[in-house]
Amino acid sequence: MNKKKMSRKARENLIGYSFIGIWIIGFLAFMLVPLLTSLVYSLSEVSITGTGIVVTFHGFKNYKNIFQIEEGFVFTESLVNFVFKELIFQLPIIIVFSVLIAILLNQKIKGRGFFRTVFFLPVIIASGPVIKELISQGAGGTNIFETYGFISVIENTLNPALAEPIIKIFSEIIIIFWFSGVQILIFLAGLQKIDKQVYEAAKVDGAGAWQAFWKITLPALSNLVFINAIYTIVLLATFSENKVIVNIKNNMFNFRTGYGMASAMAWIYSLTVLLLIGLVGLIARIGSRRSRRSF
Amino acid sequence: MFEKLKSNLKKKRVNLKIKTLLFGNNVREGVVIKIIIYLLLSAIGFIYLYPVLYMLSNSFKSPSDIVNPMVNWIPTALYFGNYQRAFRVLNYFSTLGKSLLVTLVPAFFQTAVTSVIGYGFARFNFKFKKPLFVIVLLTFIIPPQAYLIPRYVMFFELNLLEKPWAIILPALFGQGLNSAIFILIFYQFFRMIPRSLTEAAEIDGAGPYYIFFRIAVPLSAPAYITSFLFSLVWYWNETYISSLFLGTRFPNLQIALANFVSQYQQMYQSDAVKLNEGIRLSATLLIILPMLFVYFALQRWFVEGIERTGITGE
Repeated sequence: MNKKKMSRKARENLIGYSFIGIWIIGFLAFMLVPLLTSLVYSLSEVSITGTGIVVTFHGFKNYKNIFQIEEGFVFTESLVNFVFKELIFQLPIIIVFSVLIAILLNQKIKGRGFFRTVFFLPVIIASGPVIKELISQGAGGTNIFETYGFISVIENTLNPALAEPIIKIFSEIIIIFWFSGVQILIFLAGLQKIDKQVYEAAKVDGAGAWQAFWKITLPALSNLVFINAIYTIVLLATFSENKVIVNIKNNMFNFRTGYGMASAMAWIYSLTVLLLIGLVGLIARIGSRRSRRSF
Repeated sequence: MFEKLKSNLKKKRVNLKIKTLLFGNNVREGVVIKIIIYLLLSAIGFIYLYPVLYMLSNSFKSPSDIVNPMVNWIPTALYFGNYQRAFRVLNYFSTLGKSLLVTLVPAFFQTAVTSVIGYGFARFNFKFKKPLFVIVLLTFIIPPQAYLIPRYVMFFELNLLEKPWAIILPALFGQGLNSAIFILIFYQFFRMIPRSLTEAAEIDGAGPYYIFFRIAVPLSAPAYITSFLFSLVWYWNETYISSLFLGTRFPNLQIALANFVSQYQQMYQSDAVKLNEGIRLSATLLIILPMLFVYFALQRWFVEGIERTGITGE
């Protein structure tokens, strides 16, 4: 086709795709095809022979097995623990903590840069093995809270089913805070965008700091709460010490389960995570509608 | 009577002044509130850094200091024995080299490639642009487990396992670690470049690639630096994928730390000094040391980068 004859639109299409083409190839090769393949694996028996990998379709057997064999029980237990004993506590802790720190850092204080450096530091160092090492050496918060008898107070006052996850959280509380580095900075950037005049106007109208926080600051941050909640879920769900994903990896190389069942587990896990993110999205939508109404 | 009133008024004014100084008024914040903020930040900051300080302090403790309950934060003498052992067990410099290979190279490619992709989305209107961009963002929330097993099989068949290519190749095609975030960063950044600038170049006859390389890229140095640093740090700290793809045959520092205990016991089987927390924490510190250097040298690119790249959106 002659270059002059080609319409402006076709030309722009061509140029646009020349920039993002590499992503499309990568997406197909490293994402879409593997996604579909793992769906097939999860419905098949995958065995490794001398000549290569043999995939025989056998329906939902892998999924059924998750509720029938030992490895499956271990997996479901780790998944339930992750969602109901870790994520459900850690997510709100991280969000509240990062809003709090962002608000403190947003005040007119000297040494803001220093404190910002401190609160972002864990992002630089928090890898799975490092955190595992720190927790196992008692640096995760156990030392501090044990010294003040905090843990025994919880043990004695709450019923064991509730006390167990709470104690676990306190023994790792610093590490949980460590997951907030990026979120703090995102909230801080959001706070700096709020027009100072809005606060002044509210003050003139007689609003206290408390009211200003609920009526101005929080609604302005509501979008970022949603973004940070998603970021946090993804962070926790892909953290390399996460028991569920460690479990999936181990089952890949377990001859009783193999790639097939590991894929089934991976799909159940992925759908759970996506469901959680969807749930957060739903809550965020309802929340933002309500806060807009109260304005 | 008049005198009394006057002195009363004076007292009230002084009271008000003190109150303003302490608690602030509409115009400025008071000292008390400032002090509370400083106290809160320092206290939380200390707790926050507690693991790092604990690690630093214990890594310099000799075996006798560690068991001595009188020694709390400051060791009786700086003891480097822990580091010597950790250094040898980790096989530090050789392992560091491997780590750098599987972090610097993918981080470099990821930054370069995602900038091209981000520019494509920011500048051109092509068919299916919106759905494709949504898919880009969706790739961030899809848990890697859902596609890692077939990727593993694929790399196995291509004979790429336990080689740095297993990490580099996806980055080269914009499918590296958190690629979606970098595409988004570059998308936001390139959109901030005024259209008039590129249109002027177009009128002068510059093609789209010339404009990208000669105008957009030089103007976006901050986005490149921030993205590269984040990519570097994330690749450095990522262990799930790297331990799966690289395994123990190509151990980087993180994998070496994960295997530290068994490696130590193998090397110092008949040694008098049993593995203690001092040795383990000095090994941990050695793992984070390179990134600490990077962070303290370039920290403003990290903390300001998030604001500057406009990831918080409009």
